[in-house]
Amino acid sequence: MTAPLDAPGKTPEVPPEAVLAGAGVKAIQGRSLGQIAWMRLKRDKVALVGAGVVVLLILTAIFAPLIVDVFGHPPNEFHQEMIDTSTMTPQGGTGISGDFLFGVEPVNGRDLFSRVVYGARISLLIAVLATVLSVVIGTVMGVMAGYFGGWVDTLISRTMDVFLAFPLLVFAMALVGVLGQFEQSLGVTGDTLRIGLLIFVIGFFNWPYIGRIIRGQTLSLREREFVDAARSLGARGPYILFREILPNLIAPILIYATLLIPTNVLFEAALSFLGVGIQAPTATWGGMLSQAVKFYNVPHFMFFPGMAIFITVLAFNLFGDGLRDALDPKASR
Amino acid sequence: MNKKSAVAFAAAGAALSLGLSACGGGGGSETKPADGSSGAPAAAEAFNAGLEAVFNPSDKKGGVLKMAISEDWDSVDPGDTYYALSWNLIRIYGRSLVTYTPAPGAEGRKLSPDLAESLGESSDDGKTWTYKLRAGLKFEDGTPITSKDVKYAVLRSMDKETLVNGPTYFNDWLDLPKDFKSVYKTPDVNTDSAIETPDDQTIVFHLKKAYGGFDNFAALPGTIPVPKDKDTGVKYREHVVASGPYKFDKVEPGKQYTLVRNEHWDPATDPIRKALPDSYEISLGVNADDLDNRIISGDLHIDLAGSGVQPAALGRVLGDPTLKARADNPTGARTWYTSIISDVAPLDNVDCRRAIIFAADRVGLQNAYGGEFAGGDIATGLMPPSIGGWKKLDLYPTGTGDVEKAKEALTACGKPDGFETTMAYRADRPKEKATAESLQQALAKAGIKLTLKGYPTGDYFALYAGKPDFVKKNGIGLATNGWGADWNDGFGFMSQIVDSRTIRESGGNYNLSIKDKEIDAKIDQIFQENDVAKRDALWGEIDQRVMEQAYVLPAVWSKGVLVRPQGATNVFVTGAFDMYDYLNLGVQ
Repeated sequence: MTAPLDAPGKTPEVPPEAVLAGAGVKAIQGRSLGQIAWMRLKRDKVALVGAGVVVLLILTAIFAPLIVDVFGHPPNEFHQEMIDTSTMTPQGGTGISGDFLFGVEPVNGRDLFSRVVYGARISLLIAVLATVLSVVIGTVMGVMAGYFGGWVDTLISRTMDVFLAFPLLVFAMALVGVLGQFEQSLGVTGDTLRIGLLIFVIGFFNWPYIGRIIRGQTLSLREREFVDAARSLGARGPYILFREILPNLIAPILIYATLLIPTNVLFEAALSFLGVGIQAPTATWGGMLSQAVKFYNVPHFMFFPGMAIFITVLAFNLFGDGLRDALDPKASR
Repeated sequence: MNKKSAVAFAAAGAALSLGLSACGGGGGSETKPADGSSGAPAAAEAFNAGLEAVFNPSDKKGGVLKMAISEDWDSVDPGDTYYALSWNLIRIYGRSLVTYTPAPGAEGRKLSPDLAESLGESSDDGKTWTYKLRAGLKFEDGTPITSKDVKYAVLRSMDKETLVNGPTYFNDWLDLPKDFKSVYKTPDVNTDSAIETPDDQTIVFHLKKAYGGFDNFAALPGTIPVPKDKDTGVKYREHVVASGPYKFDKVEPGKQYTLVRNEHWDPATDPIRKALPDSYEISLGVNADDLDNRIISGDLHIDLAGSGVQPAALGRVLGDPTLKARADNPTGARTWYTSIISDVAPLDNVDCRRAIIFAADRVGLQNAYGGEFAGGDIATGLMPPSIGGWKKLDLYPTGTGDVEKAKEALTACGKPDGFETTMAYRADRPKEKATAESLQQALAKAGIKLTLKGYPTGDYFALYAGKPDFVKKNGIGLATNGWGADWNDGFGFMSQIVDSRTIRESGGNYNLSIKDKEIDAKIDQIFQENDVAKRDALWGEIDQRVMEQAYVLPAVWSKGVLVRPQGATNVFVTGAFDMYDYLNLGVQ
């Protein structure tokens, strides 16, 4: 039922003067850029699903011991009674049951579910921290190059060129291999050392990508009117950098950070696949994949870690794309 | 097109004859057993049919024998190679003084004269060995083979700076003059004190000390003659001059080799070779899983590596009765084991070392290496059963780990609560990684905490596990490891891995953990001993001492699942290399 347009016998609740003055029932509020972006993001269902999966993955990683306690077995525990000793594959093909949700690994019968869940910890930890490292270095370098220009710009830009020209994968393999042998002198050992090394290698060599984008943005921001205005009012370098330019860089930084995480998940998986990642017996997705290649006749072994990587990368990418659309709608896709 | 249908036809023919022989009930196929491989009975198609008998014997000539390998091996140069597959294959193009008899099973470990008329004659109490060459031997270019070519080949094979691969037995045993460095650096030094060639047919070796098993040296590829004027040092591998029935036609290193008949090889000079196929095609760098599938489908005859199928094909072969009937499961003269390194505390105490063996899950280790078919039998000692002097040891349980006994041993060692140590393994070897993971799990139950560390295979012995100061500095208490016999006697298997005097501080050691005066003394005793049975018994005692002192934790005596080729004849596993004998294979 619709209300009649002009109900007779009723006086308007708001006097026309008030409307003119702008004091309505619902006052019209100015929205910040953040609020607008949030509204756009809320309308993007695909991005929301991505965000939901990302949150779920992070929760999985944080609560891995708890999840495994309830639904699985310790990730390094052997269940050799589940293995056919002639072919070394799980009895009955996969070993999937209510007890072993994803089945068991060939050879030693470790619970695949637990290992995939624990693998999320390594993957996300390395990917996120490596991204943070890239973003911090990239932002500092990019802003410096863009804002100061001149020889600073030349120096930093050429450095970035050098880094971009590195055969990253090969170099990372070599570096992890070499540095891994100096445990005594580095003062850390085992997984801590390996994780630290991977974060360093992945993060340190990926900063030029984000650095270039930040440099370009800074270059254009530097010449904008509001910066000129601030400068003509007597603002000095630090003020302009931190109060005028940096807030305007938040959007690109966020977007590229979100899009860099899935790249780093893949990179970590690739390094683990090639055997320079985390040492046995710690579970990683890439490491599981590389083992699974030998056992292509037991496809579930490859399927679950592969799906884990796939879903993680897809979720971060969808969320990142949505975030870009929301924060920077003018950007061409 | 033609080629394809011909292959299909051959395969159909093979299937038909297999069906027939199966109906005949193991009576063998119609073709007579060949003379070279003598009285061995022909085998019907069944699991392990090629272990003790010749499968599908035939004397039919012609055809192309197709071989492939997933990687590459060190070299086709007879003086520069140290792989069993290569020593097996090399005999189709090269003839050493003596060689292993092409016969199935243990018979294949016996030596037959090849270039020589007979096995070596020793004099001077086993310090001098004389061989007489057959008449009418020729290289592929028609020039006659003389004893000088053999001498030159042996001397060049000793230059391990130029030809880096291969054993150093001649270097260690021949009585060479001090000023001799190598045939390339000091070509004019008189080496008659080591090898004499009084005439073109006679070659005499002089040793520093007596060795009764010198014929095993004479069977090394190093005695395959090399004409001095054709030798190009390390490049000789690009054109090896054939002395056997086949010569290289196409050589594309890392990709493929083809061999064709050598018309200057005279069958009258060669009683052991049949030389059946018209040519050999050898492809390198074929994907290992693809290779297995092609052998199963009959598209390829032989996986040159001879170490067995990959895990994926294993499930297929053992799971399917018709495929399993085409498989052979030989036990090799190779042991996979973990060295328990007594340099590193608390493993300097024998009880702590024993605790590790007690606590280890021996079934888990077997599984790690691939299970009972692809891995091997659980090893109770270091020496594999095919070595002379082997006796079954029963010092430790072989179940899934005895925590009680391990704890007792730990208490005796003064570490009732266990201890921590580091275990090294070759990172790119999944089986050794699985071994390390299994040990970590099993030892934790007894309170022994292992930290696992993977090192690259390439430098594993040179820089890591085989380098004493690296091992000590990094506190490596355990290291996975494996060893295969150069030939099947105690000397051929044990000499490089139990003698503490072979350990060099500079690294590159294969003996990681056995430093025992008593064992060293026994080895010296063996070299004094001329009686084979007594030598064998002493090697057996050394094996026992190794286990009593718990210097190694043996995992398995290696086995592999080989798939018999379709459409190939004279297929059998030779005891010399524990893979298919490549000498007399033919094409149906």
